[in-house]
Amino acid sequence: MTEQQTATTVHDVVIVGSGPAGYTAAIYAARAGLEPVVVAGSVTAGGALMNTTEVENFPGFPAGIQGPDLMDAMREQAEKFGARVVWDDAEQVDLGGDVKTVVTGGGETFHARSVILATGSAYRELGLPEEKRLSGRGISWCATCDGFFFRDQHIAVVGGGDSAMEEATFLTRFASKVTIVHRRDTLRASKIMADRATNDPKIEFAWNSEVAGVSGENKVEAVTLRDTATGETRELPVTGVFVAIGHEPRTDLVKGQIDLDPNGYVLVEGRTTRTNLPGVFACGDAVDHTYRQAITAAGSGCAAALDAQAYLDEIAH
Amino acid sequence: MSTVKVTDDTFKAEVLDSDVPVLVDFWATWCGPCRMVAPILEELSDEYEGKIKIVKLDTDENQATAMAYGIFSIPTLNVYQNGEVVKSIVGARPKRALVEEIEQVLSPAE
Repeated sequence: MTEQQTATTVHDVVIVGSGPAGYTAAIYAARAGLEPVVVAGSVTAGGALMNTTEVENFPGFPAGIQGPDLMDAMREQAEKFGARVVWDDAEQVDLGGDVKTVVTGGGETFHARSVILATGSAYRELGLPEEKRLSGRGISWCATCDGFFFRDQHIAVVGGGDSAMEEATFLTRFASKVTIVHRRDTLRASKIMADRATNDPKIEFAWNSEVAGVSGENKVEAVTLRDTATGETRELPVTGVFVAIGHEPRTDLVKGQIDLDPNGYVLVEGRTTRTNLPGVFACGDAVDHTYRQAITAAGSGCAAALDAQAYLDEIAH
Repeated sequence: MSTVKVTDDTFKAEVLDSDVPVLVDFWATWCGPCRMVAPILEELSDEYEGKIKIVKLDTDENQATAMAYGIFSIPTLNVYQNGEVVKSIVGARPKRALVEEIEQVLSPAE
């Protein structure tokens, strides 16, 4: 499509984001004949599942499916029904008015009568000064990408939820020992994931502990743990630190334009995906601070497409 | 020209002894973000043909080279010039960010 055409075409719907929410919205919108444009992201396309291995709880896959394969399949399904996928980041949006605009990092501008926000969430960081310097040098957010490089080494996994348990269990394939560092004395993880980790002979727990520092010149050599009750610190000699302490909604793009809650999640009306702006809908992890599953994201993506369709019908009459 | 596959055995000839700068994509099949950069690197390989060579090294099959260069995270994109690492980019980046990085290598005077 040429610059000139895009400047004058007003699409029915532009979807920003491409995890299970964005792609499901695209499948439904495409099947409704809305010819959606999906601004999928340049390197974040596919969303959080791109960094996972086996997805065991997505219905319909009794043998499990690899996260990236599931996302490829969803994209293919959306494209089959006429969705157009743009491999670039949405860097600017204007969501007010009847015609909204989405501008990509590459400078392409899309105009649309409705916008579905499915921007998902990003990994939360430890917030330590050494984090940037040692990221990629022992600090990692992707066990499936980087675990391999820590063969026969001692690794710390920070966090107490499902993703921490999943990472820890996965890392035992490579590591000699995995220590799960958790601020409390109980896990937030689901029973099956917690049991799997607790019963693993290679996994140990550092309860009531938080990471106070990471040390190492060119690569991680140790973490300093602080006891959350007594404040006492101790060194844990590890070469890898995998961070799984949750997520932050990726909503900076729309801040100031639509209503967000104090934690940055997009506020929607009741059980719908409607935001405070007419024609702007939101779904997936950018909205959901509670369930945060591939299937709930997909479900809300479906709802967003149906809500957008109803809105488009309404303004056409 | 599409990207070339290099191995532990061909690394010296293809990368260290190259006359033009070489960008090496340290990757592996299991790495989701690597899948996202792969098509970008193919495009860049065409667009920068003759100026910079872009090659891929499967870290799973070529652990010696990955270890020698201290790779702990993939994708890592290392740029080699006259046998030395002149740039190391860890993690997937959008195309325009990679273009900037390559331009810096090709015209170092800022």
